[in-house]
Amino acid sequence: MPWIQITREPIDPTLVSDHVDREGCGALVTFSGTVRGKSHGKAVLYLEYEAYLALAEAELGRVVQEAETNFGVRAAVQHRIGRVFPGESSILVAAASPHRASAFDACRWIMDTIKTSVPIWKREHHSEGVDWIEGDTAVPAIILRPIS
Amino acid sequence: MTTIKVKVLLFAHFADIAGSNQLELELDEPAHVADCARALAAKYPGLEDILKIGRAAVNDQFADESHMLHDTDEVAFLPPVSGG
Repeated sequence: MPWIQITREPIDPTLVSDHVDREGCGALVTFSGTVRGKSHGKAVLYLEYEAYLALAEAELGRVVQEAETNFGVRAAVQHRIGRVFPGESSILVAAASPHRASAFDACRWIMDTIKTSVPIWKREHHSEGVDWIEGDTAVPAIILRPIS
Repeated sequence: MTTIKVKVLLFAHFADIAGSNQLELELDEPAHVADCARALAAKYPGLEDILKIGRAAVNDQFADESHMLHDTDEVAFLPPVSGG
């Protein structure tokens, strides 16, 4: 099984890369997703990520495993939850392959797939209020409940 | 008529509407995911379209609206995701 982790701690790129078996590989591609300081013209104060932990871990593992099979790579992912500030990393994807093309392709596919299938949501705290981001839609947060 | 009790998990703005991310519902048998969604909407106006907007999971696995529910099942309703 590929290594995946959902954590409340800051993303650790070295830890993620170290969990990718790079024997026989000539490429290691890593992608770091970071929090933008601006969103739709509003200043972002911070994001809070909420996860359906059991299913998110299972789904993340399934996505990475599917990438390993389909792209012939070895890969690992760490996703941060809780509060994340602009400039900080919320996700790190690492993929290794004998030649670089498949590692680049796998990284991109893993990110695109995570964004549509893994049950994790962000609550955006910005200069004009607080929104849940759900797919392409921003839904105003009506209560500020503590999130799990 | 016999009833079952299920635990409902809600996420993102679904949980905001209910005011909680966890609750219990009693459902008449036979009960499917769609019945659970209807019972939830009856209790919390604003949750009528949860199956149209998002998807469901039962006991930590994705499930469709015709999935049959049993006593003590955990049913989750998930808005479109935004991780990454």
